Amino acid sequence: MLKYLGSRLLTFIPTFIGVTLISFAFIRVLPGDPIIVMAGERGMTEERYQELTEQFGFDRPIYEQFWDYFTGVLQGDLGDSFVTKRPVWDEFFALFPATLELAFCAMVFAVVMGLPAGVIAAVNRGKFFDRALMSSALVGYSMPIFWWALLLIIVFSGNLGWTPVSGRIDLVYYFPNSTGFMLIDSLMSGQKGAFASAVRHLVLPAIVLGTIPLAVIARQTRSAMLEVLGEDYIRTARAKGMSPGRINGIHALRNALIPVITVIGLSVGTLLGGAILTETIFSWPGIGKWMLDSIFRRDYPVVQGGLLLTAVMVMVVNLTVDVLYGVINPKIRKR
Amino acid sequence: MTFRSYLAAGATALALSAGSVAAQALVYCSEGSPEGFDPALYTAGTTFDASSHPIYNRLTQFKVGTTEVIPGLAESWEVSEDGKSITFKLREGVKFHSNANFTPTRDFNADDVIFSFDRQGNEENPYYTVSGGTWEYFGGMSMPDLLESIEKVDDYTVTFNLTRPEAPFIANMAMDFASIVSKEYADAMLEAGTPEMLNQAPIGTGPFVFQAYQKDAVIRYVRNDDYWGEPARVEALIFAITPDASVRYQKVQAGECHVMAYPNPADIAEMQANEDIVVMEQEGLNVGYLAYNTTVPPFDNPKVRKALNMAIDKQAIIDVVFQGSGQIAKNPIPPTMWSYNDAIVDDPYDPEAARAALEAEGVSDLKMKIWAMPVQRPYNPNARRMAELLQADFAKIGVDVEIVSYEWGEYLSRSKELDRDGAVLLGWTGDNGDPDNFLAVLLGCDGREASNRAQWCHEPFEELIGKAKVLPTQAERAPLYEQAQVIFKEQAPWATIAHSVVYMPMRPEVDNYVVHPLGGHIFNEVGLK
Repeated sequence: MLKYLGSRLLTFIPTFIGVTLISFAFIRVLPGDPIIVMAGERGMTEERYQELTEQFGFDRPIYEQFWDYFTGVLQGDLGDSFVTKRPVWDEFFALFPATLELAFCAMVFAVVMGLPAGVIAAVNRGKFFDRALMSSALVGYSMPIFWWALLLIIVFSGNLGWTPVSGRIDLVYYFPNSTGFMLIDSLMSGQKGAFASAVRHLVLPAIVLGTIPLAVIARQTRSAMLEVLGEDYIRTARAKGMSPGRINGIHALRNALIPVITVIGLSVGTLLGGAILTETIFSWPGIGKWMLDSIFRRDYPVVQGGLLLTAVMVMVVNLTVDVLYGVINPKIRKR
Repeated sequence: MTFRSYLAAGATALALSAGSVAAQALVYCSEGSPEGFDPALYTAGTTFDASSHPIYNRLTQFKVGTTEVIPGLAESWEVSEDGKSITFKLREGVKFHSNANFTPTRDFNADDVIFSFDRQGNEENPYYTVSGGTWEYFGGMSMPDLLESIEKVDDYTVTFNLTRPEAPFIANMAMDFASIVSKEYADAMLEAGTPEMLNQAPIGTGPFVFQAYQKDAVIRYVRNDDYWGEPARVEALIFAITPDASVRYQKVQAGECHVMAYPNPADIAEMQANEDIVVMEQEGLNVGYLAYNTTVPPFDNPKVRKALNMAIDKQAIIDVVFQGSGQIAKNPIPPTMWSYNDAIVDDPYDPEAARAALEAEGVSDLKMKIWAMPVQRPYNPNARRMAELLQADFAKIGVDVEIVSYEWGEYLSRSKELDRDGAVLLGWTGDNGDPDNFLAVLLGCDGREASNRAQWCHEPFEELIGKAKVLPTQAERAPLYEQAQVIFKEQAPWATIAHSVVYMPMRPEVDNYVVHPLGGHIFNEVGLK
């Protein structure tokens, strides 16, 4: 297992260098000079422009700029945002817990609902439940996020008043951000009702963000289950007179899980990059909107640093998924 | 449970916890996060709403709801006879805020004023490079050329020596970049090795004290009970950062905020019909225009430009592009600005006359480009759509239009070129409420190849705005600007298209909110019924 882990970790190095290079190049390939964008309609004198070009180091050859950036990254310095003038590292870690908390809750929602739904649909193949579920999954998968989010807000927050419209907690609660995870901070604050408020604020965004993964997981589980249920060893188990619950729950599901875990891993990777639409609509202070704004403002350090950190997170998730494969299927780790 | 009932029920419990929100809290749903809290470093209105308005004061200030300049931290000022030195008498007994890391030992004085400007222009000042200072507005308002020196006469008297007489200078001192910061705080933070705290944990003299900020989520302020002026009417001010306009609307409806910024134009009619929402409106201090390149034939001929202007159906643009939240512009300055010449009659919409006028000038089979901005601006919410309408209008008089667009940075730099091919859609939002800030910046000869996108330089116009700039009083300056607008209309370097209308939806319990023509959202005089 250690050897397996080591070989996976080694693949990190070229990927990391590649991502650093791509994140550096990506924003520079886009047309638009960050200094001119910063000045806007007002413009600036040629003299001032030169001064700023020097200050930001744009007058130096591109390979020198990259080398500076790369050596900075290795020392944990991602540079300062052109716009807020604050270190990218600080900004990322101030916002990332919100993204992580939301992604985690959305995934819990998607897995808790999607996995059993897929299993039940497979077992009842062709029956009403199967058809209803697969049609809803298709709808869930195709629905525009902003429309779905606004619909839920208007119904549950506007008309019924069950959930708050947006934000992470009611504004009456005020306590320091110790961990950045509102569920934990609100519990630690000891303020009455704070935790409940944080949970209520998470419900709609988690549902909205979890809808697509839920649909994907349900469909993937169903098809993987169907494949496994047709295998010989399942027929043997049935012939032995094993209970259907045991066959489906233990023998079939465990073998069907590999493709499902792949899908879950990919979804988590996507969610960690920040859910731009969900974050914008629910005023969720995560990294998705932060990165989007930075692209529009040509805020080079934020875009390249944000991309790099997100990519590293995704790499960590993929590594975890690979390790999980090994746990579920010992054959893989021996390969 | 609604937000308000939470407020009431939670008040007692919250009083026990440190730093809790006071029961009388005004919640403003703002559109985005501020870039920081030191206004001199930035240029965005969103940043000024969160920094200069609640936290700081300036030597002079704009009377809320007008562009009139009134005393602020300076009680009075005197301009020397040659107009080149201005002496401000400072207010005594003004206290700076305190926070966990700083408690002021002295009141506001001349040292703070000198420091506030010195750090923006003097490379030797240790704060010149702190927080990557680029001092956009200081440079944009020509302060480096204009300011010769700032002298401390005594603790409460400061003289600004200028290199030339400049009437708008008093109004410039009321602008956000001229906010007065505490020198004592800056020194303390420099000594502690954390100079960036000046920007991150701001200390000012304003009506609200900064309490906490969480990026993209919330900003909290409490009332400054030691405020030198009329104290704020609410005990706490909270900015709930809500980037999506539809969600802001839902939050106002649900009572989660009291006031919201920038509604969707499409929602305004529904809001006005809603009993739980009051919608205030005012013309914005901006102008959206189409600038011809007046150096390239046939657009160097005023009669050709005038003919094209007659072909534009401006009302259709207001209806389609602004969805009603705009008004037709006939002058290059907005109607809320002093010296606006209301006697001027706009070019009539008359395609027949326009076609005849073009023929009379010997122009036929004209092909031209119209540049459409790739971004949304208050003065032009959809430049592409506007360009398409102009294309259709010009087609009616036989002018063939090609629409072009570039990435925003490219657009800004390419549109400055003297030999640019085509007319450019652009606009301007006023900084200091002074007509000079529109007429000289956008239409003066010095602005060519820069902010003067029409590349227009017309001697009689230049003479008028040059004279007006150095006269000391508004009464003397206004007639010259009114005359300048007449010349502008005759010469037509632009087609003036629209001024936006700013809508502010709020809950009925909000008392005394005034829409500020300079565009900021100011809450120190606002109460809750």
